[in-house]
Amino acid sequence: MVAEIGFGALFITLIFAVYGVGAAIYGERSRNKAWIQSAQQAMKLVFPILTISIGSLLYLLASGHFEVVYVANVTSRSMPLYLKMTALWGGQAGSLLFWSWLLAGFISAVTLRKWDRDQDLLPWVIVVNLVTLIFFLILNIFYENPFTRYWQDASGIITSFGQPPGALPIFPRDGAGLNPYLRHPGMIIHPPMQYLGFVGFIIPFSFAVASLITRRTDDRWIQLSRSWTLWAWLFLSLGLILGARWAYDVLGWGGYWGWDPVENSALMPWLTGTAYLHAVLIHEKRGMFKEWSMVLIVLTYLLVIFGTFITRSGLLSSVHSFAQSTIGPVFLGFIALTLLITAWLLNSRWKILRSPHVVQNLFSREALIIISVVLFLGLLVTVFWGVLFPMISELVTGQKVTVGPPFYERVAAPILGGLLILMVICPLAVWSYVSFRSLGKLLWKPFLVSLIGIILPLLGGLTRWPAVIAFWLVAFVLAVNAFEFARRIRKRRKKAGESFWSSLTRVFRRNQRSYAAMIIHVGVVLMALGIIGIEFFQSETQGTLAEGQSINLDSYTMTYEDLDIFITEDAREVARAVVSVNKDGELLGVINPRRDFYFESGQPVTIPGVRSTLLDDFYVILVDWKEVTADGATFKVYHNPLVKWLWIGAWVFILGVIVATWQPKKTAARIIKSG
Amino acid sequence: MSDFQDLEPTPRKRTPLKFILGGIVIIGGIIFLIVSSLNANVQYFLTVDEVVAGSNAGDLDGRNIRVSGAVVGDSIAYDIDSLQLNFVIAHVPAENQILADEGGLAQALNNAVNDPTRSRLEVIYFGPVPDLLQNESQAILTGQLLSSGVFEADEILLKCPTKYEGSVPEQVGIQGE
Repeated sequence: MVAEIGFGALFITLIFAVYGVGAAIYGERSRNKAWIQSAQQAMKLVFPILTISIGSLLYLLASGHFEVVYVANVTSRSMPLYLKMTALWGGQAGSLLFWSWLLAGFISAVTLRKWDRDQDLLPWVIVVNLVTLIFFLILNIFYENPFTRYWQDASGIITSFGQPPGALPIFPRDGAGLNPYLRHPGMIIHPPMQYLGFVGFIIPFSFAVASLITRRTDDRWIQLSRSWTLWAWLFLSLGLILGARWAYDVLGWGGYWGWDPVENSALMPWLTGTAYLHAVLIHEKRGMFKEWSMVLIVLTYLLVIFGTFITRSGLLSSVHSFAQSTIGPVFLGFIALTLLITAWLLNSRWKILRSPHVVQNLFSREALIIISVVLFLGLLVTVFWGVLFPMISELVTGQKVTVGPPFYERVAAPILGGLLILMVICPLAVWSYVSFRSLGKLLWKPFLVSLIGIILPLLGGLTRWPAVIAFWLVAFVLAVNAFEFARRIRKRRKKAGESFWSSLTRVFRRNQRSYAAMIIHVGVVLMALGIIGIEFFQSETQGTLAEGQSINLDSYTMTYEDLDIFITEDAREVARAVVSVNKDGELLGVINPRRDFYFESGQPVTIPGVRSTLLDDFYVILVDWKEVTADGATFKVYHNPLVKWLWIGAWVFILGVIVATWQPKKTAARIIKSG
Repeated sequence: MSDFQDLEPTPRKRTPLKFILGGIVIIGGIIFLIVSSLNANVQYFLTVDEVVAGSNAGDLDGRNIRVSGAVVGDSIAYDIDSLQLNFVIAHVPAENQILADEGGLAQALNNAVNDPTRSRLEVIYFGPVPDLLQNESQAILTGQLLSSGVFEADEILLKCPTKYEGSVPEQVGIQGE
């Protein structure tokens, strides 16, 4: 019964969405406001109706209705309630429904804003958003229905939503349970963040398309969608960071990013989205490069759909026969159609988008930003090519090939270095024109300070020059930002004669976005520090130890003390080692690398024990142990210098994005009064 | 279109040559990086049949290859002291159509392991035993073929198709009606 309600709500949402598209187009063509308002009402309702569908699926998951195929696939009796609920996005059909629901939430929220000034954009915003929603609803209804049930007839067990003739319903006693890898808290929060990020970028895209169709060349669409874009960017960034953290904490290979197709497909819209956020700055401040911001937001939308497609269809890995899915062609069709329409729109509006001005100065802020956009696009092309190359090669030569992490690392490292250099200059550059001399004046002090970044590593015996350069660039960016911030406060204090703190807050509030950018860039640089640490200086060893024996790695000594094996309530057998960590003869603490064996899935999950400090991580994996005597165990040990800065930098970055996103009205009012 | 041409106040200035050159240098640099890195890092993706054939012909010496096959459970041997893992993989066809004809991936893996006529490849790996290494799991190995005909893996990816979505739960009971 509940499954029928859920599916019914899904279907009604589709009807409302189709009606909304039709009413909006008809209202726009006939210039009849009533129809557009009606479309707006339909758009407002998609979220509440789809919530009924999501609610039904959640109820089925929580109450263990294993006759529903999706419930049986992702939950089991022994799972705690919160995991049963989060299993909503633990499988294909459920996560697609969740995706549609989040999109519906964004769409309904968009209708709530005041549209007085922007009536001309409204019908097209409705059309773009609802067409995207319709696409996902069709996937859910016709291809990946989460409410499909098990039936049995003479030929065996079959799955279908309605009762096939001659078939009887069957009720499995228990389900397969959620993939153990997905039970980690990081993996519970990671998908919703990722989806929110994906979905969020559809809103600015819809405004961009509406602006193209109505031939508006101002930056109104950017202003209208700015906070949506920033939220989307925030969530997408969080999704990527949580994914990396999960890989580091659970996957137990001592790394955080593996350049696999699924990770890459989440990274690609982030790259274009980030490039877009940079390009719109020039669009807003100088009225230039409007066509760039359009192209970038269109690319972001296409890559969001492509990313969902890659993650959801299993196409790329299916070349080598992982799970196959029927939704591939549907996705490709939708992407191709969107590509054609947007390409045609861009082409026919290209002339009116072009600005009569051109960049004149190489060190002007617009030039530097455009270079950074090009570098982001370079990263995009690299990743895209790495993802597509295997398919193209197979089509052209018949030879199956893949490209591994070394390819991405070799290309990405110099480009990231280039972006770091831009971060050095950019905060000091101003719009339109900068002379080399004035730039030099601002640069020489931070440059001297940044030499610490060369001297310290050299004194420490570092001889690998890429690492030295990387450390120097990190120091340089930090120094430039610190000096620039201090300079602005000094200037303000001189002018207004205020105390340090009131200058600080005033300066900050005056130009919140510019300081948000500073915080974000400092976050990126700190992340770079962590990445340099683990990429250049990771060391590892392994060994089998009897209780009381030790193993050395760099200045660390780890001693295997004990092993506990116990069974938990949620059907795991946990083997937990007790390992003490010493450095230079001093006991630092005890860590517990462990291995959880899940009975339902018959799958072990290896969870490393980590001792983390600002300087380095000591990361131990329990590989194996001798079952009977429990007196010997094998460990793999990693020493990951500086990696904690990757996570610290990530949180600084997120803080910066929040500062950029969060602009309370009060502050704005106060600025106007005081200014 | 004519009403829009009026909006353009001045004809667009030409982009200075130095920017065009600079752009070419940056884009050219990125393309060079991609192409050169690609050539150095391509891995050939082969089936067990192809690896065995290539091994006999000596084509694969020193090449970085990826090979996929079905893990033969009885062959798994692990030496806990040296962390040396040995196992054998059996040939699984790469074409999805053939797999579908065999009754899906799970069935194809099962056939591969139980069919003694399939070509097989000995694998050696140093490191922890991967979580999913078991009979009839699908292995994707990255590494090199040694002159002895044994494949030395640097990386092992595993998937157990029967454990996840699409399979019917084992404890199905029939009730009612």
